[in-house]
Amino acid sequence: MHAFIQAVILGILTGGVYALMASGQTLIFGIMKVVNLAQGALVVLGAYLTYTLFTQLGIDPFLSILITTPLLFLVGVAVQWALLRPLHGDDVAQLSLLVTFAIALGIEGVLSFAYSATLTNVQPSYANFSWTVLGYQVSLVRFVAFVLSLVMLGALYFILQRTKFGRSVRATVQNPMSAQLLGVNANRVSALGFGLGAATAAAAGSVFGMLNSFNPGSHYDLISRLLTIVVLGGLGSIGGSVVAALVMGVASSVVSALASPIWSDFTFFIVLLLVLLIRPRGLFGARTRGAL
Amino acid sequence: MKRTFTKAGLIRAGIFFLILILVPIIGGPGWLLNTLIFTIMYAALSSSWNLLGGYAGYPSLGHVAFFGIGAYAVGIIFSDSVYGGYAPFFVLPIIGIAVGLLSIPIGWVSMRTRADVFAIVTITLLFITQTLAFNLKSITGGAQGKSVAPAPFDVSTYDWPFYYAMLILLAIAMGVSLYFRRSKIGLSLATVRADEDKAHGVGVRVTAVKLIAFAVSSGLVAMVGGVWAYYVGFIYPQFAVDPLITIGMVLMAFLGGRGTLWGPVLGAFILVPAQEYFAQAFGASQLYLIAYAAVFLVIMLFLPRGILPSIADRLKKRRASAAGDARDAADTPVPVGSANEPKVAR
Repeated sequence: MHAFIQAVILGILTGGVYALMASGQTLIFGIMKVVNLAQGALVVLGAYLTYTLFTQLGIDPFLSILITTPLLFLVGVAVQWALLRPLHGDDVAQLSLLVTFAIALGIEGVLSFAYSATLTNVQPSYANFSWTVLGYQVSLVRFVAFVLSLVMLGALYFILQRTKFGRSVRATVQNPMSAQLLGVNANRVSALGFGLGAATAAAAGSVFGMLNSFNPGSHYDLISRLLTIVVLGGLGSIGGSVVAALVMGVASSVVSALASPIWSDFTFFIVLLLVLLIRPRGLFGARTRGAL
Repeated sequence: MKRTFTKAGLIRAGIFFLILILVPIIGGPGWLLNTLIFTIMYAALSSSWNLLGGYAGYPSLGHVAFFGIGAYAVGIIFSDSVYGGYAPFFVLPIIGIAVGLLSIPIGWVSMRTRADVFAIVTITLLFITQTLAFNLKSITGGAQGKSVAPAPFDVSTYDWPFYYAMLILLAIAMGVSLYFRRSKIGLSLATVRADEDKAHGVGVRVTAVKLIAFAVSSGLVAMVGGVWAYYVGFIYPQFAVDPLITIGMVLMAFLGGRGTLWGPVLGAFILVPAQEYFAQAFGASQLYLIAYAAVFLVIMLFLPRGILPSIADRLKKRRASAAGDARDAADTPVPVGSANEPKVAR
């Protein structure tokens, strides 16, 4: 029982970070109807940026979020502007998907060129510090990462609900055609939306680098987990992705603790399979979403 | 879409295969045959991918899973002895059929989704297979890998059986592709690609044809994987289920033109030698990852339909303007999503 509760605590804390990554991805899907296969690579890019800032300049990994987030926001905007917007033809959706895949490969290639393929992680002095609450271990890094993810999600929520940009995003998600007719600049919304998605990846990446060992190829693991989460939550639903991230975080952590870490990845696959069999539109996906 | 065999097409295929058949006999530098084996392997893989990704419009990003399954099947059956050397080739058809049948339930589940999510599901399939290959140590040998017993072929002609096996597989893949183009299955797949709901509505048996395409495509890929495993001799999870192989298949089909007979072959004959050359010239494998990404992006942005459909369009326009000659080039590939794609309504 102790192991089980410990695993649940760990799962919730990890799930928070996944929620941050996944919310960006599902936001991009909601706006552009593009499944962003580069989200994992962007997270890894964020982790490497944090790693460099920490080892070269001694900047605290949590503080470096203030640098990496705007940086990747710009990268995201540039990617959308240069690579996704010019696409045309009848099967733009399929082309966009493959373009994001190519971007992921490009990032992996650049990272393995700049760094080596060996696993690294970001190790600040407090990396192994943890509290003991009622007999359960709560690691400082995981706890702060969780709180930080909540703050970032809150900020995202604020942007979407309370700003003019957020309103045009929500309008675009609901009905792109009407939104454009009412004067929403679709290109601008898409570019900023992609930037926002990349920014969440950056923030999550800084944290990811402290919690996990990573190498340039890590984005494959990440993307398959993230995709499971966004499909489970219902593509395009940010709330859904947060719930799904917590569910998957707990599920994989429990499996890892009670069975074996090897099989924790399988929880993701099995959940994905079940969702597709039973409820392909996910927990909170609308029936009319484009993809399904 | 329905055309009979044309003289030009037959001659083209005849010359292509004749040259490839003669290459080992005429001989050449040692690297030539080795490069050609991988080129033909990718041509066969990409042609098989094209059956599903091109004709049906379901872009699988996880086909390398079946490649890996085929590779491990050969590795597991022939780990001790290859019984005279040719036994693995004779077992291949059985492996192909078995994997094809195995893939039907997988296809049934994954094709409940449309393009985007289908790509997600197939990527996941890739990881399931890789994770299993790493973790089912008693069967696959885990990270230590699995070795196939060495082939007892004569050193001077060692590569020949593998070369011809790959060539036969390419011929089969292209034959199936040709058959798809000229049969009811091909027409049904074209309707699935154009508008699956409408096709279903007017009575096309969409699920059946999708599953046929999925099973044939993955069975062929598995057979190619089997030959590959026998040729390289050692199978490791990260190489047998390498995402780069999937990307290769997709990229080559896109470069040459998906939904065409010769597009994937053309793509493979451009990209694989280029890749070998760059690997020789630069050495670093990270660089070719970047090069792959760059080629991919350039194709998507400037040549989204691939080389052959673009050329075909241009030729067609020139001909139409020059003489108004009604007799069109008989073997014009059907480009995906082009304006002159035949309207198939049943």
